[in-house]
Amino acid sequence: MAGQTLYDKLWQDHLVKQRDDGTALIYIDRHFIHEVTSPQAFEGLRLAGRKPWRLDANLATPDHNVPTTDREKGIAGIEDPVSKIQVETLDDNCDEFGIPEFKIRDLRQGIVHVVGPEQGATLPGMTVVCGDSHTATHGAFGCLAHGIGTSEVEHVLATQCLIQNKMKNMLIRVEGKLKPGVGAKDVILAIIGKIGTAGGTGFAIEFAGEVIRSMSMEGRMTVCNMAIEAGARAGMVAVDDTTIDYIKGRPFAPSSNQWDQAVNCWRGLVSDDDAQFDQIVELHAGDIKPQVTWGTSPEMVLPVDACTPDPALQSDSIKQKGYQRALEYMGLQPGQPITDIYVDRVFIGSCTNSRIEDIREAAAIVKGKKVAVSVKQALVVPGSGLVKQQAEQEGLDKIFVAAGFEWRDPGCSMCLAMNADKLGSGEHCASTSNRNFEGRQGMGGRTHLVSPGMAAAAAVAGHFVDISQA
Amino acid sequence: MQKFTKYTGLVLPINRANIDTDQIIPKQFLKSIKRTGFGPNLFDEWRYLDEGFPGQDCSKRPLNKDFELNQPRYQGASVLLAQDNFGCGSSREHAPWAISEYGVRAVIAPSYADIFFNNSFKNGLLPIVLNKDIVDRLHIEVSHAEGYALTIDLEQQTVTSPGGDVYPFEVDAFRKHCLLNGLDDIGLTLQDAQAIHDYQEKRKQSSPWIFSDTD
Repeated sequence: MAGQTLYDKLWQDHLVKQRDDGTALIYIDRHFIHEVTSPQAFEGLRLAGRKPWRLDANLATPDHNVPTTDREKGIAGIEDPVSKIQVETLDDNCDEFGIPEFKIRDLRQGIVHVVGPEQGATLPGMTVVCGDSHTATHGAFGCLAHGIGTSEVEHVLATQCLIQNKMKNMLIRVEGKLKPGVGAKDVILAIIGKIGTAGGTGFAIEFAGEVIRSMSMEGRMTVCNMAIEAGARAGMVAVDDTTIDYIKGRPFAPSSNQWDQAVNCWRGLVSDDDAQFDQIVELHAGDIKPQVTWGTSPEMVLPVDACTPDPALQSDSIKQKGYQRALEYMGLQPGQPITDIYVDRVFIGSCTNSRIEDIREAAAIVKGKKVAVSVKQALVVPGSGLVKQQAEQEGLDKIFVAAGFEWRDPGCSMCLAMNADKLGSGEHCASTSNRNFEGRQGMGGRTHLVSPGMAAAAAVAGHFVDISQA
Repeated sequence: MQKFTKYTGLVLPINRANIDTDQIIPKQFLKSIKRTGFGPNLFDEWRYLDEGFPGQDCSKRPLNKDFELNQPRYQGASVLLAQDNFGCGSSREHAPWAISEYGVRAVIAPSYADIFFNNSFKNGLLPIVLNKDIVDRLHIEVSHAEGYALTIDLEQQTVTSPGGDVYPFEVDAFRKHCLLNGLDDIGLTLQDAQAIHDYQEKRKQSSPWIFSDTD
C-alpha cells in the first residue's frame, strides 16, 4: 500500500462514517466562532429546538466588528448600531448556549485565528473549522482546518460533524534559503502568483521544504492563512519540534500528565516518504523577492522591482479584460514601476500578519524613522490583547508611536473594514492583509498586499521600496 | 429548503472571471443577524452608483445603468451565467443568500470556489459546471437574443438552450438528493447520532487532551 499524506491521515483519523453516496461524515474537534457568521446558525438551533452537541469543542470571540480604539468602553464603544447588535448577539448566544467566549473587554480577545493558536486551542491532529475562510491558518499546526458557511456552523454546533467529500492532495515545496528582507508573506504571495487564485481549488495543500521547515509558527500561519487565496480551503504543515515547542505551556495545551502521550501522537503527523500527491509544485527560495500586489485579485502580484503588466500582451480575452479593469480600478498605467506607487494609508494587522513576530519585523524597519508626510494614516492593529501586551512589554508600541503610527486595540480592522477603519475612495494602501478585492478595505479603496516589513518601509518612504536591497 | 426540480429561467450574463463574494455582497451588509434582506444589495458596488449601507431603501438609489443586472432585458432573470472561479474569497453564506433572494435559482460557470459551491447547495441554489467552451457559447447566445432563457432539469442533469441544444452536467448524488427533496442536512446527520457517539468515545481514548473533562 502506498504511503499516506498528512491530509490522508487527518481525514482517516476523523472519519465517523463513509456513506454510500460517496460523502463522509467527519468529526470536528475544534469550532471557533465569531459574531458575523454565527447569529443565523444559533437562530437555526433555536428554531429547531436543538442544543450544541459538545460545548467544550467551541470557542468564541468577537473580532470583525470591534472598534480598535477606546476598548475600555466595551460594547458601548461600538458606534455603528448594526455592528453593536451583532457583537451583543454573539454574547447573548454564547451565554444562552453555554459556549466559552472571550468577550470584547477580555485581554484574550482578538482575531479568532490569532487567539486559537495563542491559547493552545488549536492542536496538532485536530479538525478545526470556523465560519471564516481564513481558518486555513490553523493548518500550520498539522491540523485539517478550513472555513465553512453558516449552514455548516449550525451543522457543527448540532452534530459535531460535517458532511464532506475528500479533497485531492497538493504538495508545495519551497527549497533553498530566503534572501534577507523576504519572508513568509512573500513566499505565499509568490505561490499564489505562480498557481493562481483557483490553482488550489479542490485540493488540500501541504506546504513543505527547507523554507517552511525553518519558518517559525507565526510564519507558517501566514503561509497557511492564504491557502484560500490560492483556492484551497485547507493548507497545512507537518508537525516538528517548532510546532511542539510553540504549544507547550499554553492554556489549552495538554496537561503535564497527557503531554508525552500527545507529543508521541503528534510526531506521526507528517506525510509518509512514499505518499502520493495529485500535484506537486516547487519554488526556489532564491528566486523570491519582496512581493506587492498591483491589482484586484491576490494572483495579480509581482516582485517589487517589476512593472505593472500590459493587458494587451495577455493572450486570453477574459484575462485581458480582467487586467484592464484591475489597472483602471487601481488607477495605474501599464508598465508603471511598482516602486512608483505612492500610498495614502498603511495597515499592519489582520489574521495574516498581526502576530508578535510580524509586529517586531515592522518595528525593526520603523525604528528611529518617521512616517512620510504624504501618508495620511499608518495603523498597527495587534491580533489579540495578548499580542498587544507582549509588544508593549518589548517597547514596540513606543517605536511606532514615535514614528507617527497609530497603535490600536485588537480586531480585524481595516482588513475588511467592517468597523470604523477603512480606506477612502481612490486611496492606495500598503496592507499586510490577505485580500485586494475591489472595495474590500472601503468602497473605491486600492489595496496592495505586502509583508509587514514592506508595509513599514512604504510608510516611511511614502511609496513601495525594495527592502531586500536596503 | 425550497425543492429544486425543473424550470426555465431568463439568463443574466456577467462575463467576468474571479467574481468574489465581497462583490456579491459587500461586508457592510454582513452585520445583519438575519438570513434574509440581502437581495436588494446583491452586487451592491456594481449595481448602484452611491455607497450602500444596511437598512437603506434601495429603490431610491442611483443605478449603474451599465451593469447587466440593471438592464431592462435582464429583469426577472433566474439563471446567472458567469465565468471561472465564481464565488472566490470569503466564506460568507450571505453570498448565496443574496443571490437566491434576488430570484436566481441556478448559476452556470466553468468553475467555482469550493466554499461558495458548497454553501449554494445548502440554500437551494444550484451551481452548474459546464465547460468553458459551452459557457463562452452561451454568453454569445445571450448577448444576441433578448429574452434568452435556459431550461434546467436537475433530475435529468441537463441544461437546454432555446435552440434545443442539450448540455448534460454532473452533480454529486447526495447533494442532488437533498436539493430535489428540499432536505435539511442536520436532520440527516442526526440519523447517525449513535455512530457519532461511538466515534467520540474512541477519540476520547486516543486523544483525551482534546476533551476538557478528561484531565
